Amino acid sequence: MPFIPHTEEDVAEMLASIGAASIDELFDEIPTELKNGQLTQVPVGMSEMEISRLMYERAQQDGFYLSFIGAGAYEHHIPAAVWQITTRGEFYSSYTPYQAEASQGTLQLLYEYQTMMASLTGMDVSNASLYDGASALAEAALMAVRQHKSSRRILIPQTVHPVYRRVVRTIVRNQAIEVVEVPYDPATGQVTIDQLDQFAQEEFAALIIPQPNFFGVLEQVDMLADWAHDKQSLAIAVVNPTALAMLKPPGEWGRQGADIAVGEGQPLGIPLSSGGPYFGFMACKQELVRQMPGRIIGRTTDLEGKEGFALTLQAREQHIRRSKATSNICTNQGLMVTAATIYMSLLGPEGLYRVAAQSHANTLALVERLEKLPGVKKAFHSPFFHEAVLQLSVPADQVLDKLRAQGVLGGVLLENYYPDLKNMLLICATETKTAEDLDKYTEVLQQALTA
Amino acid sequence: MLIFEHSRKNRRNYSQAPAARPARNNIPDNLKRRSIPLLPEVSEMDTVRHYTRLSQKNFSIDTEFYPLGSCTMKYNPRACNALAMLPQFLSRHPLAPEDTGQGFLACMYELQEILKDVTGMAAVSLTSMAGAQGELIGITMIRAYHEARGDTGRTEVIIPDAAHGTNPATAVMSGYKVIEIPTNRDGDVDMDALKAAVGPRTAGLMLTNPSTLGVFEKKVAEMSRIVHEAGGLLYYDGANLNAVLGKVKPGDMGFDVIHMNLHKTFSTPHGGGGPGAAPVGVADCLLPYLPIPIVAHEQGVYRWLTEKDRPQSIGRLSAHMGNAGVLLRAYIYVRLLGAEGMFRIAEYATLNANYLMAELRKLGFEIAYPDRRASHEFIVTMKEIKDRTGVTAMHLAKRLLDKGFHAPTVYFPLLVPECLLIEPAETESKETLDRFVVAMKEILDEIDTQPEMVKAAPHNMPLRKIDDVKAARELDLVWNPAG
Repeated sequence: MPFIPHTEEDVAEMLASIGAASIDELFDEIPTELKNGQLTQVPVGMSEMEISRLMYERAQQDGFYLSFIGAGAYEHHIPAAVWQITTRGEFYSSYTPYQAEASQGTLQLLYEYQTMMASLTGMDVSNASLYDGASALAEAALMAVRQHKSSRRILIPQTVHPVYRRVVRTIVRNQAIEVVEVPYDPATGQVTIDQLDQFAQEEFAALIIPQPNFFGVLEQVDMLADWAHDKQSLAIAVVNPTALAMLKPPGEWGRQGADIAVGEGQPLGIPLSSGGPYFGFMACKQELVRQMPGRIIGRTTDLEGKEGFALTLQAREQHIRRSKATSNICTNQGLMVTAATIYMSLLGPEGLYRVAAQSHANTLALVERLEKLPGVKKAFHSPFFHEAVLQLSVPADQVLDKLRAQGVLGGVLLENYYPDLKNMLLICATETKTAEDLDKYTEVLQQALTA
Repeated sequence: MLIFEHSRKNRRNYSQAPAARPARNNIPDNLKRRSIPLLPEVSEMDTVRHYTRLSQKNFSIDTEFYPLGSCTMKYNPRACNALAMLPQFLSRHPLAPEDTGQGFLACMYELQEILKDVTGMAAVSLTSMAGAQGELIGITMIRAYHEARGDTGRTEVIIPDAAHGTNPATAVMSGYKVIEIPTNRDGDVDMDALKAAVGPRTAGLMLTNPSTLGVFEKKVAEMSRIVHEAGGLLYYDGANLNAVLGKVKPGDMGFDVIHMNLHKTFSTPHGGGGPGAAPVGVADCLLPYLPIPIVAHEQGVYRWLTEKDRPQSIGRLSAHMGNAGVLLRAYIYVRLLGAEGMFRIAEYATLNANYLMAELRKLGFEIAYPDRRASHEFIVTMKEIKDRTGVTAMHLAKRLLDKGFHAPTVYFPLLVPECLLIEPAETESKETLDRFVVAMKEILDEIDTQPEMVKAAPHNMPLRKIDDVKAARELDLVWNPAG
């Protein structure tokens, strides 16, 4: 039933004030032939008790698994305080902070978030977030083209998340921007200078640099950023925020640092939740700030000189500039950023480092164990962060099915994204995995390989 | 005080991260981080207190009335949040096999079916993460449709001047030229201007109905005929769907593609500015181009459709499947409502709007379109008041904050001077509306007796009026410990 508080008496009084005989009369401007009161696919309404039962049953049907899947979304421990505070009604049910004086809580939080993300990425400034990592990368590509002016081409390595590449294509195609893919070295799983140099004579607005890349492999980011800058292209970093606790931040790559850093914010306290809502982060150099899409918060003062916060640089945005805006975006993932900010506050620099380092160490340990099994080897000989690709000697899809029967989600089949990479699994072991979990995976994989 | 100012070196929370730094580390030296990121070093209690206090500086639906036009700030039922956050739903990886997510996928499939029915469209894709992304998807599909027919001369999108700013921004982002058409004195689209604007270059028309002027576009069927005869398609901006939910289906009005804002009509939270969700519905002509993923139900099993199933799809707009958790909340909401609840939403949203309009008119406020019915929202213009007293719509908005009401939408739509766009939503009671009327009456009196006080509002908020000129001129976007 709807959430409508009106009593019959209320309705009668309200209609009398309006001067209408019935609620129906209020719809008298809608042409009769357009009125359609038929709903055939909407079931009868449920009580809260009934819908609770239905949702518990469906949740139970989905169950819990021991998961070693990563590929762009990562299982991390989320401290209890994160979502208890985030779902307070004052955050959960508040509106976009256009009325600054009535939104100082959200605005200050976003300013703190911008500070944390700028520092984590080593960039000058950050926006207040975008939809997700993939769309943030697409926005970064558009931003680079606006800034570069003479080239409408973007170089993107095939080591970038395959779905991100598709999303970039979907979004930039409308503006006649060409996306050119760079192959990787099959031995290392990295982009090498040889692969890049085949494009040396061509002009590009930007080179996209993943760190770590989709295979979990660490790219030679200094070399890649310098290569881009040597040919007057922008360097766009697409990075994992947890990894940044351990890895050189994009702002320090090469001689000049990356120009724009984007990525998926999900690892920072956002549940996996079948794929969303997550949030995309975007940080950049100061000189690009007016090209940056999305909301940006500034610190300022009120009439009496007291510190306060407000949305700023709104002249870039659609509600002011309409057809001349930098983007059509009119949302950030505010609630997700609320969670991420609280997550980063609770962990601090040392906590986030430990999460990253333990995830790295767990994946190292898991790969070592699995490599000892006959018929399993590492696909790429390169350092990795918290994901790695395994080459199996038997059909990997059947192996995954056998693992699932044992309650283990054993990774992602790379062939789904790279048809040439047969029988390879992309696996991930974050800090959530114990030594027993790693043993369990090793044991069920061994059984699956021999059965 | 910022969270960083609570920070003390080496203060930590011990139970929320791994207990020790692990011994193994294979990161090559040249790729290691040398600097310590600027994250606060605070206790759990510091964090909880800091962010709880910040939350208390916000207005929210849970604490205040938001008569915010075109935003549909209705109550967000608690059950929707509690049940969407069941641990099995939260822990499910997006790439986990479909057979481990049949419960979740069943919800998504049923949501698609319900949304199809309430909008009268042939199919729905749930992937879009916000209204503006829904628009981008819609216009991209319109482009794909024309291109597939070899009809490449269509370079323009027609948009009424009352439209949301996202409409023209989306059309440009999609590579189109915007042709703006005016509104007549009654608040309807100027039909002669529409007829003059359409032609062989018309890719489509973007329309919000009821419009952002708070009136139902009566000639929508004729507009549909004009645009279709010229070879263009019709886009429905579903921002105001709450006004007609259960009464009129966009599909019946002749629209080929629509987006619906679940964070408005279907009561998912605004969250201080997102995440939203804006599923896209299409008529048969655009079916092949729908973005993926889409949930299918075949032989009793739910599965995602992919590129293989939908080779003509415009592609993907998110890394996974959009804002799944928001979609779950909307699903729970529509199941709570049921069909009979759905019918009542537009009725009571419209009743509330017309009541508030009648009461404010009685106080002497000037209604922008006085001869029209309000849809679920209506416009007050402060032009006469401003000319007489210097008090603007923004001043009144800030004074309302002092009285415990969020401001209405101000200065939008752009074509009504000094406007307040007021939308009360069906979940507000008559008493709340009456309290709002009293506050408006008080302000009206204050404008006459102490206009300077009104102009200097707010007075009772944590801060006085914020200096946003300074915010833009002296950019301070990140905190610097050096000051």
